[in-house]
Amino acid sequence: MSESRPGEAGAVPQARGVLLEVRGLTKRFGSVVANEDVSLQLRRGEVLALLGENGAGKTTLVKMLFGLHRPDGGEIRLAGEAVRLRSPRDAIARGIGMVHQHFQLVPVMTVAENVVLGAEPTRRRFVDRRRAAAEVRELSERFGLAVDPDAVVEDLPIGAQQRVEIIKALYRGAEILILDEPSAVLTPEETDELLGVVAELAARGVGIVLITHKLREVMEAADRVVVLRDGRVVGEVAPADTDEAGLAALMVGRSVVLRIDKQPASPGEPVLGIQGLEVDDDRGRRAVTGLDLEVRAGEIVGVAGVQGNGQRELAEAICGMRPRIGGCVLLQDRDITGLGARAIHDLGVAHIPEDRDKHGLVGSYSVADDLVLNRFDEPGFARWGRRDRAAVQRWAEQLIAEFDVRTPDVHAPADSLSGGNKQKLIVARELSRASVLVVAAQPTRGVDVGSIEFIHRQLVAARDRGAAVLVISAELEELLAVSDRIAVMRDGRIAATFAGASATPEAIGLVMGGATGH
Amino acid sequence: MAGSLVAAFAAYGIWGFRATAVLGFAVRSSTPLALAAMCGILCERTGVIDIGIEGQMLLGAFAGFFGAAAFGVVAGVFAAVAVGALVGAFLALCAVTWRVDQIIAGAVINIAAAGFTSFLYRPGRVIGSLPAWRIPLLGDLPLLGPVLFRAQPLTYLTVVVVIGLQVTLVRTPWGRRTTAVGEHPGAADTVGIDVARYRYGNVVAGGALAGLAGALLSVEITGSFDRGMTAGRGFLALAIVIMGRWKPVAAWAAALFFGVLTGLVNQLNFGQVIDIPPQFVAMLPYATTIVVLAIFGTRVRPPAAAGRPYP
Ligand SMILES: Nc1ncnc2c1ncn2[C@@H]1O[C@H](COP(=O)(O)OP(=O)(O)OP(=O)(O)O)[C@@H](O)[C@H]1O
Ligand SMILES: [Mg+2]
Repeated sequence: MSESRPGEAGAVPQARGVLLEVRGLTKRFGSVVANEDVSLQLRRGEVLALLGENGAGKTTLVKMLFGLHRPDGGEIRLAGEAVRLRSPRDAIARGIGMVHQHFQLVPVMTVAENVVLGAEPTRRRFVDRRRAAAEVRELSERFGLAVDPDAVVEDLPIGAQQRVEIIKALYRGAEILILDEPSAVLTPEETDELLGVVAELAARGVGIVLITHKLREVMEAADRVVVLRDGRVVGEVAPADTDEAGLAALMVGRSVVLRIDKQPASPGEPVLGIQGLEVDDDRGRRAVTGLDLEVRAGEIVGVAGVQGNGQRELAEAICGMRPRIGGCVLLQDRDITGLGARAIHDLGVAHIPEDRDKHGLVGSYSVADDLVLNRFDEPGFARWGRRDRAAVQRWAEQLIAEFDVRTPDVHAPADSLSGGNKQKLIVARELSRASVLVVAAQPTRGVDVGSIEFIHRQLVAARDRGAAVLVISAELEELLAVSDRIAVMRDGRIAATFAGASATPEAIGLVMGGATGH
Repeated sequence: MAGSLVAAFAAYGIWGFRATAVLGFAVRSSTPLALAAMCGILCERTGVIDIGIEGQMLLGAFAGFFGAAAFGVVAGVFAAVAVGALVGAFLALCAVTWRVDQIIAGAVINIAAAGFTSFLYRPGRVIGSLPAWRIPLLGDLPLLGPVLFRAQPLTYLTVVVVIGLQVTLVRTPWGRRTTAVGEHPGAADTVGIDVARYRYGNVVAGGALAGLAGALLSVEITGSFDRGMTAGRGFLALAIVIMGRWKPVAAWAAALFFGVLTGLVNQLNFGQVIDIPPQFVAMLPYATTIVVLAIFGTRVRPPAAAGRPYP
């Protein structure tokens, strides 16, 4: 954040203000070309949005900029000078900071300790905690990043942890800040705060690379948009010259319907009945506090709420992944309280978990194996206790085509898929099995606009086949698009319920924020 | 700590003079445990599980004894430290570079150490042990004098190690980085901390402490070496690490607690106040360990990356 840089005065005129330049960057993974001949520039004080479908190569590109991948071709120039970034260490030393989607913070240490880790201010060989806290406070005030330096990181909400990551990068003198889908895990309010911070940073001369699938954020925050498709740069626009639909079309190569049509629901028998449910969170605090909810066959119930009001615990308790402390859960009038995850799954409950890497798939398994994770032992896929590999492969190939999971083949390890494609894989697996109840937590997290539309259609299709569908989402728009009823969760119980047609973002927002419901 | 104090005062109140014996025994028997636990803490806080402490102690005791027999007591202590560190380096090689399962690597160390020392063992030799250092004035205090201030040098050294480790872990950059490496190596790596280097360093240093703990047994306390003379103390140390929640001073208190417990039962037995077969007395620390771990084990949280290779 120094005001003048040594390289700048003598630099070539057209490079003035250019922090970062990428020329002809190429990256291959085996036969997959993740980036091909990518060229772009980032100027001082500019917010550059990277846009593209799932698997387009956005993450790969920024990982090369942060020294996590080595390019196979092309060059990276910082302040006019070609550099080789062998590790994050190199990148940090050259003023590049990155906020990973999985935060790289030590949960048991304080904010200040995390920020100064590896570059601690010392006094007589001891960490100077007071100075560390002061530095954090100073950065947090200068850039409007509210955090308490003495708070322990694991006690902080996700949004605050993200601010800690940003402060961490700034403390190390980052002039270029890379944000890979920063809003995927944030609540709408947190996202607004983040965009404010981004604007503030840019105003102070930091160059920002922002990856996001949310077109609203692009329109709001970006100065320039670079669109990637299949690893190549296919376009560059300024948000002022286009709109959300235009961006979507540029990204996907066709026009995208942002709101889906669906028939009105015709709810049948109750499938899921929850009465007085009480569930604890990981730290043993009561997260679900006497919740009642009913979902009928053939209807989609959306659960809205500020993150951390018990939504996650609710989903996990229904699916048998978390012990129930009190109350009961009925599935088609059968008490499933106390049954394990496997037993509940066998009763026809599909689950799209919130944390896809932890609970959604086995990263080291092949795409095909992950696609039959919920039914590998069914007669069609196994005979006499042996797996029928040919059948599994046929099924997997059919699913990846149908759900548009972008992978070189079904034998690739699931870990090699891009974030959004992992999500699509899980959705494909869960929605392709006949089920009476679908519990979908953040079903479109990290998914591109084209695929969001597709996943929403699939949820509606499951409903129309007669399943009861429970969608838990931080995206109000998503809930408004798919739900027949919307229940707002607050402090571990349902604070209000809206009929889909009558629900407005304003009314829901009021209840979420604490107004008493109907 | 509080538990030990209460027990101590109870003993003092009821049996007066025997309290000195109980506490003296407690300090002597807890010192090797505490040192061994420091090894466990150092390793686990950087993310390497060392169940080979038992073997490292045994080899340390062995090297210490024969080193002392050949070249004198001080050389023996240095030999024990060196051997412990060497075995630590082997464990680090397995855990960090080869990414072997750390439990298996530790088990290999234990088995190899037991076999090796038994094979080379020649009975019957006795060496002089380290002399006690009497600290002037303090050593003349009633009760505390004989218990704390007329100890042998390695006992004093242990106190320095425990307190030093506590302070450095909490307050220095090295300590904070060590903690980060053991809790979230990815976070440490992305800010430029060399995870492998920290793990090697700490596991080797831990090994040195385990070796020193062995030397305490053979050179300082008994002045002899015996097959399997560590008698499960290395494993007990692992339990003490957990009871002390991976904190040096707390672990030391846990070790003292075991010392007081055994000392008390011993004294009661000698004094024929109670009559328990000696086998049961010997069993006591281990039985207590199981009970204590059953009570506390689920509520404490080990370093998150313990046992997991990185990357
Ligand atoms: N480590 C890897 N090994 C093999 N292939 C990989 C690896 N990482 C990425 N790929 C492939 O490279 C391509 C680009 O992936 P990348 O993660 O950059 O996409 P993305 O644009 O970030 O997508 P998303 O929006 O879903 O996050 C994908 O086809 C992916 O399968
Ligand atoms: Mg990505």
